[in-house]
Amino acid sequence: MLGVLLLAFSVVSVASAELCKPDAQNAFKVRLSIKTALGDNAYAWDANEEYLFRAMMAFAMRRYSSKSTTQISNVLLCNVTDRVSFWFVVTDSSKNTTTVPGSEVEAAIRMNRNRINSAFLLSDKTLQFLKISTTLAPPVEPSTPVWLIVFGVVLSLIVAGIVFLVVAGIQQRKKKNKESTERENLEEKGEVTITIENGIPCEALDLKAGHVNGVFAADDERFTSL
Amino acid sequence: MDVPPEVPKEDGRPKWDNKFQYILSCIGFAVGLGNVWRFPYLCQTHGGGAFLIPYFIALIFEGIPLLHLELALGQCLRKGSISAWHTISPYLGGVGVASWTVSILVSLYYNTILTWVMWYFINSFQEPLPWSICPLNENRTGLNEECYESTAVNYFWYRKTLNITPDVTDSGTLQWWLVLCLAACWAIVYLCTIRGIETTGKAIYVTAIFPYVVLTIFLIHGLSLPGATEGLAYLFTPNLNILKNPRVWLDAATQIFFSLSLAFGGLIAFSSYNPSKNDCEKDAVTVAVVNSITSLYASIPIFSVLGFKAITGYWDCLDRNIISVINEYDLPEQSITRQSYTDWITFLNSSNPEKLAGLKLKSCDLQEFLDQSVSGSGLAFIVFTQAVILMPGSQAWAILFFVMLFSLGLSSMFGNIEGVFTPLLELQVISKSIPKELLSGIICLVSFLFALCFTLGSGSYWIDIFDSYAGSLPLLVIAFFEVIGVAYVYNIKRFSEDVKWMTGRKLNVYWQITWRFISPLLLLIIFVAFVTLQIQKTPSYAAWNPKYEHFPMKEQKVYPCWVQAICVLLAALPCVLVPLVALIHLIKRMCRSKDPSLVPPEMFSCQEVKKRNILSACK
Repeated sequence: MLGVLLLAFSVVSVASAELCKPDAQNAFKVRLSIKTALGDNAYAWDANEEYLFRAMMAFAMRRYSSKSTTQISNVLLCNVTDRVSFWFVVTDSSKNTTTVPGSEVEAAIRMNRNRINSAFLLSDKTLQFLKISTTLAPPVEPSTPVWLIVFGVVLSLIVAGIVFLVVAGIQQRKKKNKESTERENLEEKGEVTITIENGIPCEALDLKAGHVNGVFAADDERFTSL
Repeated sequence: MDVPPEVPKEDGRPKWDNKFQYILSCIGFAVGLGNVWRFPYLCQTHGGGAFLIPYFIALIFEGIPLLHLELALGQCLRKGSISAWHTISPYLGGVGVASWTVSILVSLYYNTILTWVMWYFINSFQEPLPWSICPLNENRTGLNEECYESTAVNYFWYRKTLNITPDVTDSGTLQWWLVLCLAACWAIVYLCTIRGIETTGKAIYVTAIFPYVVLTIFLIHGLSLPGATEGLAYLFTPNLNILKNPRVWLDAATQIFFSLSLAFGGLIAFSSYNPSKNDCEKDAVTVAVVNSITSLYASIPIFSVLGFKAITGYWDCLDRNIISVINEYDLPEQSITRQSYTDWITFLNSSNPEKLAGLKLKSCDLQEFLDQSVSGSGLAFIVFTQAVILMPGSQAWAILFFVMLFSLGLSSMFGNIEGVFTPLLELQVISKSIPKELLSGIICLVSFLFALCFTLGSGSYWIDIFDSYAGSLPLLVIAFFEVIGVAYVYNIKRFSEDVKWMTGRKLNVYWQITWRFISPLLLLIIFVAFVTLQIQKTPSYAAWNPKYEHFPMKEQKVYPCWVQAICVLLAALPCVLVPLVALIHLIKRMCRSKDPSLVPPEMFSCQEVKKRNILSACK
């Protein structure tokens, strides 16, 4: 009885060793960078963590194919290193000797990547499936570019400043014009009050007759020109 | 008759609100983008601390004398550059016209650089910063190819900002976002220069002082960053052997010259608004010394940040190598640290060299990262922006940095615009019919329309052309004629009397010697050396061509003939104006000599100008 059990066990382990080895068909390499992701809160990678990994893989396969037949025992891990990297394969639940095609496993993982990452508190970068490239998230773009808003603010401030200065300049000029016309008016009035000769206001005098003396007018030609 | 106690506003000339405003305007004009992005680079490539020796020699024998000359000239004659030089001698009127032309040409492209700064500023409000990530390509399978092959920062600068064409002859289209920013920049310039120094005098308090505040903040932050000491050591480690290279002396002399913004006519315009009795000698020394100290002060945070960037790059390189090794050999995480990296490598190399060679590890050398320094727009828009991404709170640092650059450039623009504005105001034709606000508006509008060519796809190539040809050689020629004109045509003795009257003390022998002999000689030597160096190499440029086989290296291309012709035109036009105006005046004189009733204008010293102004006020 014991011998049969031992034989069965060795057959299974030999078979699994053949199915799961580095660069085997349908095998994937996984690399975890726990210390990089979590720093001081990093957990150690032990058999329990491996069990969780196998459970997550089985969960992913179940969700993807909805066959609900994949068991945790179908997920085989091997070559675990200190880096924390290892290889795994998923065996077919009906026949333990063949592995599930790599494309199916890949699709299952892609579909559930988020769940797998959060189970280990890691991200796409720190939990790497080496053959599966990450899909890039589309960039978030707001409807109006932010720079246009800032530009609008800046430009409106500038235009407000220019308008203010120009209007102030025009008002100042108007005030100056008004002041100078007022001053002119005052000076005119001043002239009118001053110009009274000998008690007779100038307007009453015939200015031409009073100023031009006919006697001297003819002598003008005798003066030498300057 | 009542004579007002203080001097001329009777001659209608505006004046500074106080002396501090004037000094600040001169400092703001002199301190510009070059102090931040050219001096540190020169210092570092030309032997670090040793570069300060030719720099200070050039300052003492070239910078300060020329600065004093311009300030004294403007203050004495109380006129803008064109009228001032016409007053000195009608044959030298061309010097004023030449400096007016250079001011126009430089204003055109300088404000476009400010446009780029403004574009980066308004993009700094996003999270994450747009130059930190590469966009996806069209079918979302990977990153944009051009961005992936170069870096995200390069991509944002060359594609998203400039949308640069691969060749200078390929003009491309107007980049609408740059046109918007250009309009905003010219609107800001109009807002500040709308009434000449009345408005720039108020604006300068902010634009001249703010950069110092930001530089201090960056200094404190930069010194606290890792790698700052490496960067500073790299900058200041003196290499005295470099002084044997004449190129170093030439660069020091040209740097001082262009840094002080001499020969633009802007300084003459600024000092023409001063009261005549003002100590221009002290002002000149103050402005020159502050300018040089600012250059030194700015290089400290710049190189701290560059050191930080270098060491971060070095650490990244090491980390990538470490990850490769750990993954390949399946060693536990964090088993190889940066310090133990070299030991591990030698150990692994001795045990299994082929496996290690198969990893193709990149050699990480800190010196190589430090050597990647750059000057000019590359420093601000590529290198510094990359460093800013690495700092926590990068938006705030980016905003501060770009506002600082904008203030630095804006205060220099004030000087440039004043160099254009003041001579125009003095033309009788214009001053009577057009109000100041309209004149400045016309200048800004016309400049904006011309500057639209710099917003084309090939715009940045054209800016390089303008910077190398219009903003360099003509200034040397103009400055040479300025010194010769004052020392020999106007006569140094008369000028000494004028300066003595203005400052109240006799002119020091130092000024006499430098104005008469040393400065003209130095300028001549620099001019000849400059031209010789330019002629020796065919004018070429580095084009950004994504289809180039060695992309992301830039492709070296030669300028086609018509572009070279434009380069020569830009350099020669202002210089040719000097003899041209003299010739025109000579012809006028000969025509006039046939008509005896017209008396040629006499040459008068600034004391007589002052007397005339007072007499005209007393009428």
